Amino acid sequence: MNVALAKTETGRAVSETFAMARSRLPGAGKVADARRKAFESYERAGLPTRRIEDWKYTDLRVLMREVLPLAAVPDQSALAKAVDAVKAAAVENACRLVLVDGTFAPKLSDLGGLDKGLRVQSLRETLDAGADLPAAATDDVMVSLNAAMATDGVIVSVDDGVALTKPVQIVHVATASSASVFTRSRVQVGKGARVTLVESFAAVSGAKSYQVNDAVIVSIGDEADVAHIRLMDDATDAVNISSGLVTVGAKSKVNFLGLTSGGRVSRYQGFITLAGEGSDLSVNGVNLLKESQHGDTTLVVDHAVPNCTSREVFRAVVDDRAHSVFQGKIIVRPDAQKTDGKMMTRALLLSDDAEADNKPELEIFADDVTCGHGAAIGALDESLLFYLRARGLSEKEAQALLIQAFVGEAIESIADDGLRDAVVAIAERWLAARG
Amino acid sequence: MPAVQETVDRVRQIDVDQYRYGFETIIESEKAPRGLSEDTVRFISAKKNEPAWMLEWRLDAYRRWLTMQEPTWARVDYPKIDYQDLYYYSAPKKKKEIASLDEVDPEILKTYEKLGIPLREVEALEGVVRSDSENGSGERRIAVDAVFDSVSVATTFQKELKQAGVIFMPISEAIREHPELVKKYLGSVVPTSDNFFATLNSAVFSDGSFVYVPPGVRCPMELSTYFRINERNTGQFERTLIIADKGSYVSYLEGCTAPQRDENQLHAAVVELIALDDAEIKYSTVQNWYPGNSEGKGGIYNFVTKRGDCRGARSKISWTQVETGSAITWKYPSCILRGDDSRGEFYSIAISNGFQQVDSGTKMLHLGKNTTSRIISKGIAAGKSQNTYRGLVTAHRKASNARNFTACDSLLIGDKCGAHTVPYIEAKNTSALFEHEATTSKISEDVLFYCVQRGLSQEEAVGLVVNGFVKDVLQQLPMEFAVEAQKLISISLEGSVG
Repeated sequence: MNVALAKTETGRAVSETFAMARSRLPGAGKVADARRKAFESYERAGLPTRRIEDWKYTDLRVLMREVLPLAAVPDQSALAKAVDAVKAAAVENACRLVLVDGTFAPKLSDLGGLDKGLRVQSLRETLDAGADLPAAATDDVMVSLNAAMATDGVIVSVDDGVALTKPVQIVHVATASSASVFTRSRVQVGKGARVTLVESFAAVSGAKSYQVNDAVIVSIGDEADVAHIRLMDDATDAVNISSGLVTVGAKSKVNFLGLTSGGRVSRYQGFITLAGEGSDLSVNGVNLLKESQHGDTTLVVDHAVPNCTSREVFRAVVDDRAHSVFQGKIIVRPDAQKTDGKMMTRALLLSDDAEADNKPELEIFADDVTCGHGAAIGALDESLLFYLRARGLSEKEAQALLIQAFVGEAIESIADDGLRDAVVAIAERWLAARG
Repeated sequence: MPAVQETVDRVRQIDVDQYRYGFETIIESEKAPRGLSEDTVRFISAKKNEPAWMLEWRLDAYRRWLTMQEPTWARVDYPKIDYQDLYYYSAPKKKKEIASLDEVDPEILKTYEKLGIPLREVEALEGVVRSDSENGSGERRIAVDAVFDSVSVATTFQKELKQAGVIFMPISEAIREHPELVKKYLGSVVPTSDNFFATLNSAVFSDGSFVYVPPGVRCPMELSTYFRINERNTGQFERTLIIADKGSYVSYLEGCTAPQRDENQLHAAVVELIALDDAEIKYSTVQNWYPGNSEGKGGIYNFVTKRGDCRGARSKISWTQVETGSAITWKYPSCILRGDDSRGEFYSIAISNGFQQVDSGTKMLHLGKNTTSRIISKGIAAGKSQNTYRGLVTAHRKASNARNFTACDSLLIGDKCGAHTVPYIEAKNTSALFEHEATTSKISEDVLFYCVQRGLSQEEAVGLVVNGFVKDVLQQLPMEFAVEAQKLISISLEGSVG
């Protein structure tokens, strides 16, 4: 399916960027080899274009043009600037891991009173100690580029049977302008463990036109219970291409919510493999886009074994000239009998220039399954607006209420009250800013 | 439940490998030299006595084709086709003008009999005219154009159609007799550069049907084309062009079969429909090309480009297809909803069994205001087949109040097959309202149990459920085809029950 493409100008530019960055990248020997191989596989394809089916609606050659040089290691002033952004993004009472411009910042992190059975290290530390680069089972070119260029990240592991009392939050802060940031993290959840993981992306007010490429490799053991929340609020002229690669063991319960409200161009691609029987997966996404933002959420749920349940709920609110993309795919492998998979995607267009593209795919190789998907695109219901207006609400208030209810269906899935309120607050801020 | 009983009986009678239309007719034929070059294009054009502009049009397409690459995005897998190893033109050798039924080549006559075209129509096909009293009044009649390999062998009811002003003739004749219409519309919906297979077709198409319905005319009978690939190693490239002028209506049926052979055969057709203001075209297909044997050997590669253009306001185009044959199907009958208030419909049943691969669906392109479309697709996968629905619904900036409803359901029978749904839904207009739903499941044990408990056998129960599953689409077919389609469905599924 992938079309062989001639190398372009941008392709050459990025090889220089890689050559320049090389000396700064942690890991020697086999890690350096792995990086070179990953870079070669990226270089063969270059930035994805619309001719690559998986990137049909997000043509990075047009939207991103080039990979910028690596951001410098943050100095004292950069770290000082990042403090406020970290504070704003912080969720209460969390074990907080902060990455500034792609470098782990222990001083901004909050590692006090770690739960027993929770271990945290920076990627650089582990690579320096001779560990391998966290491996990702995908041939996606942007994940390959990430492997080649990742400067740092966090390595989190939770032992078997441990129920964390506090959420683990990874905060990415950008302070640099016109530079790229590559981070790669791994989260390992042991058998029977309970974990709440929050990822936040934010920027200091001066950061402009930067690029983020993040990859998180999550492996979840049997009988675990994981809540995973991802909040992307990068600068509105930034590019954020992130990938989540998740493997789920048997009889686990996993609940994911991704909220995209920032970035000029963004793509979150989640590749979730159900590798153990009897697991229950819920994946939810919300895109809140305005002005000329382009937000792409791509979710691939792979039912590799029988008897799993997956639910996907996606909501997009698209205003001004923004462009929302949702690509969902449910794969049911030949042996994955008794799979129950549902996917529902809805988009709300608030402006005549807004665009929403949906591609909900089913790929099914087993017969004893129940799978379904639904997709709907439309504007706010006039009769509902009228109902609220008739009860004395202003046009804006009525719209805000309906939009809140619309995205609420996805946000509701968060079990933790505090976190849910925090996410609702972000949505409310976005609505208030609409004015 | 006689229909169900009939279905089940048929299932019992027929072996897995048996394809009803797999016979070969031994007749002398005339072929173009093997392979494809400018000379082949010139040969075909000369055979058809085409005017110079048509030859130029073909050559232009051929040159463009040389620069194109075969598409690879569909979920189908086949060995590379050697385009130089095919015959691009084959025609049954013409005997002298036929005066009565006795003089028709008995082999061709036998073929029609075996194909199940009623004798009355065969007579008509071969030009034997009966008086009306003999014909039985009040019966529905269908005008048939039969295409045998590369040429149209006969078109019936020409005279009566002419009285109504309807032009229905092989496209090769239309090029000579109505060049102004052909020039104006040919390639206006599917341009010569559209895609690899359509471009190839533009270069080498040999025959097909041409229909023109004048303003305000309701075509007095159903029009039908019957396609048959007979010769070995022959590609069939037919081209159909249907124009419904302002306020007219036409219903068109298409059927196809091919002999059973071990090697694969290529069929790359192009169908263009044009509906002007207030016109309506209903296009129905029962596709039953040879699907290959139970080991996946042989069968037709069906790479077809079908597109309708609702050019006028309030026009309507409706596609109905029953896809049961072909080793590989690559087919997306589409509607361009250009005129304001126009409507597009797509009803499809795609059944795959054995090693068949189906990648089919539709495109609804909403360009005009208040345009509506509806897609009902039912896929049934059995055996080791792969069945994909691929569809696009898009509303452009100016398509205010565009409406679409899509439902695509898949049924899986057996655990070695695959069913896939790949919808693309794109809205660039806030007043657009798109709804899409899809389900995939196997026949519920509860439902089967319910039927069996009431005295039906397992096979009867499956037949009943499947027929119920596809009912929405079958209802859209003209009556003659609905019965045929229902039988076909049971034949295609046979061997997969239980």
